[in-house]
Amino acid sequence: MTEYTRPLPQPTPETQHYWDGAKAGELRLQRCGDCSHVYFPARPFCPACSSRDVNWFTASGKGTLFSYVINHRAPKGFEAPYIIAVVQLEEGPRMMSNLVDCPQTPEALEIDMPLEVTFVTATDDIAIPQFRPMGA
Amino acid sequence: MKQKSVAVVGAAETTGLGKIPDMSNIQLHADCALNAMADCGLTAKDIDGVACAGQTPVEIAHYLGITPTWVDGTAVGGCSFMLHVRHAAAAINEGLCKTVLITHGESGRSQIGRARPVPPPSSLIGQFEFPYGPMGPPTMFPMPVMRYMKDMGATHEDFATVAVIQREWAAKNPRATFHDPITVEDVLDSRMIAYPFRLLQCCLVSDGGGALILTSAERAKDFPTKPVYILGTGESVETPMVSQMESFTSSRAFRTASKKAFGEAGITHSDVDHLMIYDAFAHLPVFGLEDLGFCEPGEAAGFIRARHTAPGGKLPMNTNGGGLSYCHTGMYGMFALQESVRQMRGTAPAQVDGAKLSVCHGVGGMFAASGTIVFSNEAP
Repeated sequence: MTEYTRPLPQPTPETQHYWDGAKAGELRLQRCGDCSHVYFPARPFCPACSSRDVNWFTASGKGTLFSYVINHRAPKGFEAPYIIAVVQLEEGPRMMSNLVDCPQTPEALEIDMPLEVTFVTATDDIAIPQFRPMGA
Repeated sequence: MKQKSVAVVGAAETTGLGKIPDMSNIQLHADCALNAMADCGLTAKDIDGVACAGQTPVEIAHYLGITPTWVDGTAVGGCSFMLHVRHAAAAINEGLCKTVLITHGESGRSQIGRARPVPPPSSLIGQFEFPYGPMGPPTMFPMPVMRYMKDMGATHEDFATVAVIQREWAAKNPRATFHDPITVEDVLDSRMIAYPFRLLQCCLVSDGGGALILTSAERAKDFPTKPVYILGTGESVETPMVSQMESFTSSRAFRTASKKAFGEAGITHSDVDHLMIYDAFAHLPVFGLEDLGFCEPGEAAGFIRARHTAPGGKLPMNTNGGGLSYCHTGMYGMFALQESVRQMRGTAPAQVDGAKLSVCHGVGGMFAASGTIVFSNEAP
């Protein structure tokens, strides 16, 4: 395996469970026990109602393409052009991702197209959630 | 705030603009500060309030030889200076200080003595956006554009037209970086930066700065310059991560800040003679026109295409040429404020005849923050 040279996240106590999930091949989100709000990114309280009664759950990993750019100037670890997308998750929150397993061109993309999560192993401790066209 | 209780009495940009290889970041702050003091006949010992971003107020007060009784180091990106104006007005009204200097200087192009801290990999943006390879504003800022195009029916040509009209204004301004006319085709043929945006839809990278001096409206009458009164102010923030904006067709921070400013000023849109909307990228005036309420959602692109914001149009906008064609140091908001002040003084290169009211709207980060100032040149 080639060395992973892209920027790596550094988990904090509040986000460790999310990153543990990614390593285990799960996309984990949180839901408020009081108001049922589902949110991202991780924090030990609900940003909608301030409740500390929040619970982790495993998301479906399904979403749609909410918006994107195709970057033509590659930083270290990336090969231009590459897609940076915002994915609308089935459960409500949105998250940034790359789109993989598809041509990195506007022609290959349609806003609202269905996507599914996949995970790229970066290091022994970190896997990065990525998305690909559903069924790709 | 109380309308017209505070006025801008000193305003100036750096002596040079664009490429200034013989000045460091802090000296750019000082150069425009000295120009603004000269503009209104003051020296550092007359200043008792300091606000700035990019350098700390400690650095700027010490460097200029100021002993302040009030400082503000609010740093929320390119609209920090709109927030400084708002906070300074409140401080002057509260009696915390009498004469405030607000400075911006940025060696954005030459990169001399400029510190721009990068969030660590443990920050939220470091964990949840940086791993996906965004390369600063040119990749982060246009993120909502494809969504906007689908939902609102806007086209690539619409966002190219923004840059074309900005260039028309810049052609009238000798200090602008670019003067030569461009066409929609030129924009759409320019180098791809981050699809859907190309080079001519992205801001310049410049060296420069600007400074403002504010005091009470009562004292403003004793200054040699024509007072520019602050009629209303607003500010807000939303998210450090563009991916987490509530909407990709509207900015909550834009709506919140501008609503507050219009409310304080007690104005309606038809009162506005001149408009500045921070244009780091070609979609920002489109979002701004809609979020400030000048256009209904989805109608701003057509409004610009109809030349309402162009020279000769009913709502002259970004009359200095904007961040796309005038200059863009990194935190452009101060240059938008300077142009509003020039228009209210009647000294702008592309002066809007008879303009009495100017709205100046800024953005910080990637839709992270916003500030709006309403200026008037009519005495209280």
